[in-house]
Amino acid sequence: MEAASLLVTEALEGNRYALARLISLIEDDGADARASLAALYPHTGHAHIVGVTGAPGTGKSTLVNQLAKSLRAQDITVGVVAVDPTSPFSGGALLGDRLRMRDLAGDPGVFIRSMASRGSLGGLARATGDVVKVLDGVGFDVVLVETVGAGQAEVDIARTAHTTVVVEAPGLGDEVQALKAGLMEIADVLVVNKADRPGAANTARALEMVMDRSATQGGAGRDGWCPPILQAIALDGTGVPEVLDAVAAHREHLRATGLWAKRERMRVESELLNVLRQELLDRLLARVGQERIQAWIDRIAAREVDVYTATRSILDAD
Amino acid sequence: MSKPLRILIAKPGLDGHDRGAKIIARALRDAGMEVIYTGLRQTPEMVVEAALQEDVDGVGLSILSGAHMTLVPRVIEGLRQAGLDHVKVFVGGIVPDEDVPALKELGVAGVFGPGTSIQTVTGFVRQQLAEV
Repeated sequence: MEAASLLVTEALEGNRYALARLISLIEDDGADARASLAALYPHTGHAHIVGVTGAPGTGKSTLVNQLAKSLRAQDITVGVVAVDPTSPFSGGALLGDRLRMRDLAGDPGVFIRSMASRGSLGGLARATGDVVKVLDGVGFDVVLVETVGAGQAEVDIARTAHTTVVVEAPGLGDEVQALKAGLMEIADVLVVNKADRPGAANTARALEMVMDRSATQGGAGRDGWCPPILQAIALDGTGVPEVLDAVAAHREHLRATGLWAKRERMRVESELLNVLRQELLDRLLARVGQERIQAWIDRIAAREVDVYTATRSILDAD
Repeated sequence: MSKPLRILIAKPGLDGHDRGAKIIARALRDAGMEVIYTGLRQTPEMVVEAALQEDVDGVGLSILSGAHMTLVPRVIEGLRQAGLDHVKVFVGGIVPDEDVPALKELGVAGVFGPGTSIQTVTGFVRQQLAEV
């Protein structure tokens, strides 16, 4: 416990290795992680948390690199959390997002951390939200969170970030894909990347149409914000200033309409319920004991009792 | 669940390709480790910075250019200055036998040349880092 509070103090003073150690502590969980998060929490709440999500290969990392570079040109400090998938077979992971972020090397105003998803399915790792808090707490102005390559339903990022940028690329599907629920719905800013490739204008038009349709149903988009659809070439930086402007405009919109506080509250609510759920389960399992749980599993598998009756019996007996 | 080992695979210097490094990165991934891969043409400073930010347990340097006697000491010295003395360094690529003792003297934990089996490398990394 002593070591953890020392790490927090050192990280707050700007010691980068202490920050890195602290993040590992939180990734690996445990009592020390809880204590250090508690100590850091009063320092959080000042960063603009921006999520970057989209299908694999659309250019998320390259866009993050450019966004961070442009922010640094305005003297805004940037923390980056980049999540890549953990293998369900070996438990290993190849974290390759840094590969696209070499422009940011050597800048003390930037801190990049790669995270493996470690079994989480929503596009982020279990600890990503807490790691974001650490980067926020030690004073980074903007925290960019890059999700794993997302398909259609990995929408956890919308609960973690204030502003969510969804990255698309030409040639990934027709507008029916864009009509589906999920990823498209969480976009605050839509970027058609690789705009120099054939079909980029078509992709942008298809998105435009879909977005217009959703706008006709609910007025000017969700929460009075109509997600802009922008074209960019992240590789050479074309269109990146416009993306950054849109991100800043969204932040102003959140602030001006009171949505910032509302989203914050929603995030805290889902976080609290998640932690409660996990803690309650852990406590219950500890009290009931593995032996009794295993006995119930045997009985359910043998069709002697169904899962709902078993659950009620376990809870009532306790 | 035990904490997975975190390994940085880096290519300092001016090599033209990184096939070997990718094969090692993949093998360590399959051995259950979290591998941070940073790609070609890294400076020793970039390698040290990535090792620090990612809080890795080990750094694998792939060098084919023959510049290992220049690059490896700079990485090791940088790690030391950053307070990362505990990070194990291993080297793969084209390293003449007569340079191996000098590299080990510098603190390199292992040197792997062409023809080394994948199992040798993953076994070595796991064994070396289990001691930490």
